[in-house]
Amino acid sequence: MRPRPRAPAVIAALLSIPALLAVSGAVALEQGDRRSGIAFASPQTQAMQADDTANPGMLWVMDGAQLWRRPDGAAGKACQECHGDAAQSMKGVAPRYPDFDAGLGRPVDLSGRINLCRVRHQRAAPLAHEGSEMLALTAFVAFQSRGLPMAPAADARLAPFRAEGRRLFEQRMGQLDLSCANCHDDHWSARLGGSPVTQAQPNAYPLYRLEWQALGSLQRRMRNCMAGVRAEPFAYDAADYIDLELYLAARAAGLPMETPGVRP
Amino acid sequence: MRAAALTAGLLAGLLLAWLLLAGFLLVGFLLVAARADAQTLVGYTVEGDAIGAPLTGAPGDAARGAGLVADRTLSLCVLCHSGLEAPAHMQGNLAPSLAGIGARLSEGQIRLRIVNMKALNPESIMPAYGGSSPGARVANAWRGKPILSGEEIEDIVAYLSSLKG
Ligand code: HEC
Ligand code: HEC
Ligand code: HEC
Repeated sequence: MRPRPRAPAVIAALLSIPALLAVSGAVALEQGDRRSGIAFASPQTQAMQADDTANPGMLWVMDGAQLWRRPDGAAGKACQECHGDAAQSMKGVAPRYPDFDAGLGRPVDLSGRINLCRVRHQRAAPLAHEGSEMLALTAFVAFQSRGLPMAPAADARLAPFRAEGRRLFEQRMGQLDLSCANCHDDHWSARLGGSPVTQAQPNAYPLYRLEWQALGSLQRRMRNCMAGVRAEPFAYDAADYIDLELYLAARAAGLPMETPGVRP
Repeated sequence: MRAAALTAGLLAGLLLAWLLLAGFLLVGFLLVAARADAQTLVGYTVEGDAIGAPLTGAPGDAARGAGLVADRTLSLCVLCHSGLEAPAHMQGNLAPSLAGIGARLSEGQIRLRIVNMKALNPESIMPAYGGSSPGARVANAWRGKPILSGEEIEDIVAYLSSLKG
């Protein structure tokens, strides 16, 4: 039998290139160079993250499991009533976020999505971004994807927001006049004072930071870095943070999810 | 051997000349900006790749300068540089060691590098300590202010110039 030309497969492959490029091609950090923040941490911190009985972040995950089952809002519904067993329904969700929300016409991150469920589906008040209930729910949902590779959404509608995130990442800011990229793209293997600079990878959030003595979100960590260069941080949930998160997610594609991480 | 070294020297000289030209233009611009806000920013004149004249009337204090460069929150030098009087594990490596800098650079050259490294290398990550930042979203508390005062910069110049070893 004469082999059929494999044009359809080739065309399909070619067609998927722009989508792939849109997500992982438009970043300044090569796939093979990507390292999770945990790779730069001390052996003690690594051991603390790896052992669920020693990882303080697991307390928030357990709180989240209870909140998942708690009926709330005017609708009196629990997350579980609509989503069932989180181990199944939420597996693979966090590695895709931020994702596009058609209703808002813009991307939302995982906590933003949870608040949309509270408002739209539970008819409850939105939770504060850095409050313990939101951190617990976000950690619980992200925990269901622990070990899965970061797989940023390829939705073409996200492209302009991700590009804006990259612009922000590369913009010099603050009194020290430094961009995120100055440190996290150009000097990630160096040390700033006593701290490894690392690549600003988002794959372990929310995470327990020893300096905070608490779980904190990716936005809180970004605020720390902005304050560090003496720039005015954005307000929590600002569109600028979501755009930055989108860009960070694209830079992180392929890294395993580690929520809840532990950092110094 | 000799000829190669000479050519390399000439090339380096040409490059430096270009950098200096760019530097003059930049510093000239900053000077105009500085005059508009003379209360917080120091005025200075760049000659070659140096600021020859001290920024203040009184000479700097090297002992105070040693404390300043090791300060992680005020001067931040030690976050990027090593070769300073601070525990080795607290010193950064985003920048060259400053050990023996006083033997490599003149006082005036050190002064310009602290006041405005970007006059010599616009892409530098070293903050311009004597000017107001062109960066976006400068936090309220710092807006329009230099990172260090003229006195503090002179103290650091005195200290770094003493590092001859
Ligand atoms: C002067 C260098 C510098 C700049 C500029 C900087 N950071 Fe950082 N960043 C650090 C250091 C150092 C750490 C690690 C701190 C630690 O663990 O104590 C860090 C950590 C992070 C982390 C946490 C990574 C992890 O594994 O948990 C993220 C995310 C991050 N930065 C994002 C940003 C963003 C976004 C910007 C720009 C708004 C930025 N950073 C600007 C130095 C910098
Ligand atoms: C009344 C049903 C209902 C309740 C209650 C509910 N959700 Fe949802 N959830 C949805 C629907 C429907 C979607 C799909 C997006 C949309 O239409 O808003 C969704 C989407 C999500 C997603 C995104 C899934 C994806 O693949 O992108 C997450 C995460 C989520 N919900 C978490 C929660 C959490 C946490 C709670 C409890 C605080 C909750 N939801 C409560 C109905 C519900
Ligand atoms: C954010 C990182 C950073 C900080 C903070 C910093 N520097 Fe630098 N510095 C650099 C880099 C990088 C260079 C290399 C030159 C270049 O950028 O072109 C440099 C170069 C220098 C040089 C010239 C060295 C040589 O061998 O020619 C001197 C002197 C110097 N810095 C002094 C200081 C002092 C003093 C401070 C604190 C007041 C300081 N630096 C803070 C990054 C930094």
